Amino acid sequence: QVAAALKEGRVTPTELCQRCLSLIKSTKFLNAYITVAEETALKQAEASEERYKKGQPLGVLDGIPIAVKDNFNTAGIETTCASNMLRGYISPYNATVVQKLLDQGAVLLGKTNLDEFAMGSGSTDGVFGPVRNPWSYSRQYKEKSVPKSHSEDKEPDWVITGGSSGGSAAAVSSFTCFAALGSDTGGSTRNPAAHCGVVGLKPTYGLISRHGLIPLVNSMDVPGILTRCVDDAAVVLGSLAGHDPKDSTTIQDNFKPFELPNLTDVSKLSIGIPKEYHAPGLSSEILTIWSKAADLFENAGAKVVEVSLPHTRYSIVCYHVLCTAEVASNMARFDGLEYGHRSDMNESTESMYAATRREGFNDVVRGRILSGNYFLLKQNYEKYFIKAQKVRRLIANDFVKVFRSGVDVLLTPTTLSDAAPYMEFIKEDNRTRSAQDDILTQAANMAGLPAINVPTALSERGLPVGLQFIGRSFQEQQLLTVAKWFEKQVQFPMIQLEEVKKHDHGVFLHQKSASFS
Amino acid sequence: LAPWVPVVGLEIHAQISSNSKLFSGSQVQFAAPPNSLVSFFDASLPGTLPVLNRRCVEAAVMTGLALNCSINKKSLFDRKHYFYADLPAGYQITQQRVPIAVNGSLSYSLCIDNKMSQMVTKTVRIKQIQLEQDSGKSLHDDTRSQTLVDLNRAGVGLMEVVMEPDMCCGEEAAAAVRELQLILQTLGSSQAVMAEGQLRVDANVSVHHPGEPYGVRTEVKNINSIRFLAKAIDYEIQRQIEELENGGTILNETRAFDSKLGCTIPMRDKEGKQDYRFMPEPNLPPLILYDAKSLPANMNHQQVINIDWIHERLPDLPSVKREKLVEQYGVLPEHSFTLLNEDGLAEFFENVVKQTQMKPKKVIGWILQDLLSYLKQHSLTVKESPVSPSLLADLLNLLEKKQISSTAAKQVLAELWKGEGKTPLEIVKEQKLQLLEDQKELEQICQAVIDRQENEVIMMLL
Repeated sequence: QVAAALKEGRVTPTELCQRCLSLIKSTKFLNAYITVAEETALKQAEASEERYKKGQPLGVLDGIPIAVKDNFNTAGIETTCASNMLRGYISPYNATVVQKLLDQGAVLLGKTNLDEFAMGSGSTDGVFGPVRNPWSYSRQYKEKSVPKSHSEDKEPDWVITGGSSGGSAAAVSSFTCFAALGSDTGGSTRNPAAHCGVVGLKPTYGLISRHGLIPLVNSMDVPGILTRCVDDAAVVLGSLAGHDPKDSTTIQDNFKPFELPNLTDVSKLSIGIPKEYHAPGLSSEILTIWSKAADLFENAGAKVVEVSLPHTRYSIVCYHVLCTAEVASNMARFDGLEYGHRSDMNESTESMYAATRREGFNDVVRGRILSGNYFLLKQNYEKYFIKAQKVRRLIANDFVKVFRSGVDVLLTPTTLSDAAPYMEFIKEDNRTRSAQDDILTQAANMAGLPAINVPTALSERGLPVGLQFIGRSFQEQQLLTVAKWFEKQVQFPMIQLEEVKKHDHGVFLHQKSASFS
Repeated sequence: LAPWVPVVGLEIHAQISSNSKLFSGSQVQFAAPPNSLVSFFDASLPGTLPVLNRRCVEAAVMTGLALNCSINKKSLFDRKHYFYADLPAGYQITQQRVPIAVNGSLSYSLCIDNKMSQMVTKTVRIKQIQLEQDSGKSLHDDTRSQTLVDLNRAGVGLMEVVMEPDMCCGEEAAAAVRELQLILQTLGSSQAVMAEGQLRVDANVSVHHPGEPYGVRTEVKNINSIRFLAKAIDYEIQRQIEELENGGTILNETRAFDSKLGCTIPMRDKEGKQDYRFMPEPNLPPLILYDAKSLPANMNHQQVINIDWIHERLPDLPSVKREKLVEQYGVLPEHSFTLLNEDGLAEFFENVVKQTQMKPKKVIGWILQDLLSYLKQHSLTVKESPVSPSLLADLLNLLEKKQISSTAAKQVLAELWKGEGKTPLEIVKEQKLQLLEDQKELEQICQAVIDRQENEVIMMLL
């Protein structure tokens, strides 16, 4: 609706931009943004305003404020990956997806917080500190939580956003922007989307360019899209998808942006429920929500079948081997020589490298580098890396078989439970948490399939729970159509945040699911 | 003492002659200002991705075909990891698992006993050709305790040509490399000038007794010319033989050739064997090549590489050119080698032949002896010759028409070298070198001489 509002002149891009910027300031305690690009954003908004005045907006995204995860290169704006290694690093180029958004007139408000180098499932392990889930401060959560202390401050029981794209999810969830880019390697867009009650889309591998996305695992990374509703995700997808000559892993086929139909009849649909996703540790609450969702489809006439993805239980270890191996390789370039942090140690090149990398990387990154190098050693390569590649093939084939049997879309939970309080979450280390939390989302990355989190309901603690749909390769249109139908059925409630209310002049909360399309 | 069998294999890196680098669009150029030809990808800026350069693939296919290789229709790229200042990404992209071309051969010729008259043909097997990135250059400034890094060369395309250990000595290796050089230059796939680092050769050397298994081999690096290649290999063979005969052992090590001392010395220890932790390059899909049979009907010609199409367009290789020279002009095989060995000499020869009535078999002598020795004496290339083919042809025509003697011709040539712009005819007239055919004139001259030197004539007659 905000795009319509812009078009009709009910609000101007600069007003919109300024409101978002001041909302960012008043929600600073969320720590969702690492860098706020106030000056450039306002300039972009002004340029957009000119275009609207002339009646020549570039498209639906013209003037729309967006945020970008801080592992995407943005020319002239610091790109840190929440790491000391890249603190102060100003990239000379824009990632393709960033460029595409800017070319459409979008207004880049800033770079969002994440786990360092996107390694983590909490957005708690970056050098700029953890991101707080906006729902921690929502009326819905506060009503349900047992008051622990009488203090007025916002400290006590705030919950995590999930990760690693927590900053982007929080930004969208708290209305400081209308869409955000995240990245998804093992669930890093869908996980925080679920915890923050927003739509998180992981597109098919090869659909959207990775040029300019600082890689974690090149063979699994995709840019992710976070929005407040499925229609918005489709719009952003439409502006981003397509072949990029700068990324040799993007497909050559022409991509046609699509509008989502309003599905009314689901009787021709076949929904698969993979039994292995009833994973150990899945909260009974989420199990119930999942069941209800399956019933929803069935009652509406869809065919709902139980299916099996037998190799699911091997995906964590398989992912661990392949991910750490690629990480070890991708991080080899950070030596302090050409860019980024450089240690003062200058006794020799080797010692400079070692000191730079010790100072620049946190424990999580270093741990994965060491593991990865171990798996890539000549004596281990066959046993670990090659084996893991084979297992990956088996996991991917599980999906192929299921989709070939007539299933259109799979329905699974996105997370094992609702968002954990920060103090609980940090009791276990990053590796343990990632292994636990990624179980429901990883397989889609291994198979390169599109998947989307749709906010479904609130938990007993008043926190968002989302469900995941996994679709066929390059069938985003079908996937999003089903997701949109589901979204309409569940009518997920809007977050009730003080700060948002203060800043709203009818634009944000115009409708229940405040979207921009 | 039992005889020793030396075994020599070669690893040759040839820089691909292309406008831009293997995976990025920055320019390829020799001796540019430091760090002026470096793209974001070359500098390993985070988030950049490799994009394969078509021309580099074509160069590798051409080279593979010229070396009788099987071209792999599907080849793969890998990352080879090690840390070094001139390797910004911390890994090199190469083809370790499945290279672009395998199982070829190279024929080369040697003179026996240094006589050009007896040539023997040998063959060396080509194990494979792989595409890979070149590294940057690092210059160690010990006085200031610093290392200066220039990334201009980082990412330039290389073809690594691996020659099996079928050679036995420095001379064979040198001849094989020379032939490879000529082939690359003829194809245009590499300019292959060793002095500019466009062709780098490492030699693997070992010795053993006949009937016994191969000995431990050493790798010899830092060889900057074909002449030094032969020297380095021969030195290393001798060193190994002496070492073993004195009861020592050969270490599997890397040694550098010191051209000043003429010997090989162990290189700075690389801390034991390196584990390069090879991993498939995830950002590059397998390289698929087509031939006429496998080419899909609706494929855009610009998008694919057709091996057969390239094969049809290969230029004549040196061996073919030599045969043609022998056939067409009746020169000796060893002449054809010299003609091709000198850049531009064959063309020069053919130009002269076109413009003169003198038979090619006679022209060749003037080319190989007079012209070539003069150029060598003054360290000139054929292109820099002050005597052009036309000038030489004019001179030879005078000789052919018997207007001058061959001694006179040599005199004229000596004058022509001065490059003062005079034609042979002018020089002949100036120096009165014409052959006289007029009987009366000759008699007059002889009489005049006799008259002048009466005493000597009388002495002679007595």
